[in-house]
Amino acid sequence: MNYEPGADVIEVLRGPAAGPVAGAYRAFGETLRGLKTTFARIVEGPVTIQYPEEKTPVYPRFRGRHKLHRFEDTGLEKCVGCSLCAAACPADCIRVVAAENTPENRVSAGERYAAVYEINMSRCIFCGYCEIACPFDAITMGHDYELSDYTRSDLIFTKEMLLAEPIERTPLRAEGE
Amino acid sequence: MRLLAYVYYFEPWWIQIIKALVIFAVVMAVLPVLIVYERKLIGRFQGRYGPNRVGPFGLVQPLADIIKLATKEASRPTTSVGLLFRIAPVIAILTAMTALALVPFGDVQHIFGRRVGLYGIDVSIGPLYVFALAGISFYGIMLGGWASGSKYSFLGAMRGAAQLISYEVSQGLSLVGVVITAGTLSLTGIVHAQRGMWYFIPQLAGFLIFLVASFAETNRAPFDLVEADAELVQGYFTEYGGTPFAAYMFSEYTNMIVVSGIAVTVFFGGWLMPFGIHPPGWVDPIIVIAKMAIFISFFIWVRATLPRLRYDQLMSFGWKILLPLATLNLLVTAIVVAS
Repeated sequence: MNYEPGADVIEVLRGPAAGPVAGAYRAFGETLRGLKTTFARIVEGPVTIQYPEEKTPVYPRFRGRHKLHRFEDTGLEKCVGCSLCAAACPADCIRVVAAENTPENRVSAGERYAAVYEINMSRCIFCGYCEIACPFDAITMGHDYELSDYTRSDLIFTKEMLLAEPIERTPLRAEGE
Repeated sequence: MRLLAYVYYFEPWWIQIIKALVIFAVVMAVLPVLIVYERKLIGRFQGRYGPNRVGPFGLVQPLADIIKLATKEASRPTTSVGLLFRIAPVIAILTAMTALALVPFGDVQHIFGRRVGLYGIDVSIGPLYVFALAGISFYGIMLGGWASGSKYSFLGAMRGAAQLISYEVSQGLSLVGVVITAGTLSLTGIVHAQRGMWYFIPQLAGFLIFLVASFAETNRAPFDLVEADAELVQGYFTEYGGTPFAAYMFSEYTNMIVVSGIAVTVFFGGWLMPFGIHPPGWVDPIIVIAKMAIFISFFIWVRATLPRLRYDQLMSFGWKILLPLATLNLLVTAIVVAS
C-alpha cells in the first residue's frame, strides 16, 4: 500500500544544492562558526558542579528522604499508626506496626501510635504518595538525596532515624534561581 | 661531515650529544604536560573543567597516568605476531623523536665561548628529512595494526596507511612553494629568508593546505579515522596496553609538536619577532615554543569543534581538492618566482 500524503501536508522547501564553490564556502563558513561556538564555551566558563564539594540545590517540593514529624508544642509524634501510607505505597516499602497509647506511655496524639515504622529506602521510588495519604501530615518528603550505603540492611530506615532532626546536607534552591 | 646530506653548521660530537639529550629530555618532559593541557583545554571548550582531582588543578595527573601505564602487565593477544608487535611502537616513537631534531629553536648562539646552534641538526634537505621520517613512522602504525592480529587494529592501520599516503603528497607540495620562494631547503635558511616577511602572507594558500594536511598527518580530529573510537575501538593500537600504548600516545603528541614546529619554522618565521623587534639570542627558543603552543592550542581547538569525516569524504577531499590546490599553489609560486 502506497503512502499518499493528504492535501494538507506541506512539502519542505529546500534551497538549491550547493555547487563546488558555494559548497566549499559553506563548509568553510560552517567550520568557522563551529570554532566560534566552541570558543564561546571558554569565555562562558565551565558549568560543572563539583559534586562532593558543591551540591545541586533542590526545589522546595523536591521529594527526597522522608521525615517523620512531632508536634512542636507537646513533642508527641504526629503518626498514629494508621498504615495509610503503607497502603498507598506502590513499592510496598513501608512497614507500620501500631500499638495502643496508654496514659503511662503516651507517644502520639491519637489513640494508637506506630511502634514500628520502617521505610526500606532501597525499594522506595520517591513518589510521595505516603505524604499525600497521611491524614496528619506526619510523614513528609525531605530534601536529602544522598542515600547510598554499603549494605542493603543499612538502607532500612527506622522510626528513630526518620524522626531525628535531619542533617541538612542538601542546599535549597533560592527564590527565582 | 658529509655523510648523507650536507650539514651547514655543526659542533663537535660531544656538544651534539648534549644537544640531543637536552631536546629529548625537554620534549619527553613536556609531553605529559601537553596531554593534560589538551584534556583541560578540551574540557574548557566543552564547558567543563577537565582533570582537576590529582594534585593542585589536576597538574599531577600526568604523573599518575604514567605510573598507571608503566606498572601495567605486558600482554599481547594470542593472534599477534610477537616481534613485530613489540617493534612497531618503537618505530613509531623513534621516528617521531628523530624528526624533532630538525625543528630549529633558535639561531647559532655563543654559549660558554662556543658556537652552538639551537637545533638538533641543520641539514640541507630539511623538509625532505621530515617527510622521510613521516614515511617511516607509518610503518609503526601499519606493523602495529597488522601484528596485533585484531580486526579493529587492522582496519585502523589500513585507514591510516591510505590517509597518510594521500595527505603526505599535499603536505609536501605545500612546502615546496616556500622552498622555491626561500631558495633553500635548510630550515634555518628558510627562517633567515623570512626576515622581511613571514611566509604565511605570500604563501597563505600553501599554509592553509599544510595546516589541513597536518591534521591528517598527525591523525588528529577531524581526520582521526585511524583511531575512530566509535567504530574501531582505538584503531591500530587497540591491542596495546601499558608502556607500548604510552609509546604510541607519545609518538602522536611528538608528531603534533614536530608538525607545529615545522609550521612555525616554515610559515611563521621561526624565532623571528614581528615589528622589527630583535630580542637577545637566548629568547629565541621561548619565542619558538610560544608560537608552537599557539599552534598546538589551535589543534586542540579544532579537535573540540569538528566531527570526524567519513572515509570516502576524507579520500575525495585529499585527492580531489587538496592535491589540485597544492599543485596550483606550487605552479603559481613557481611562475611568480621565475618571472
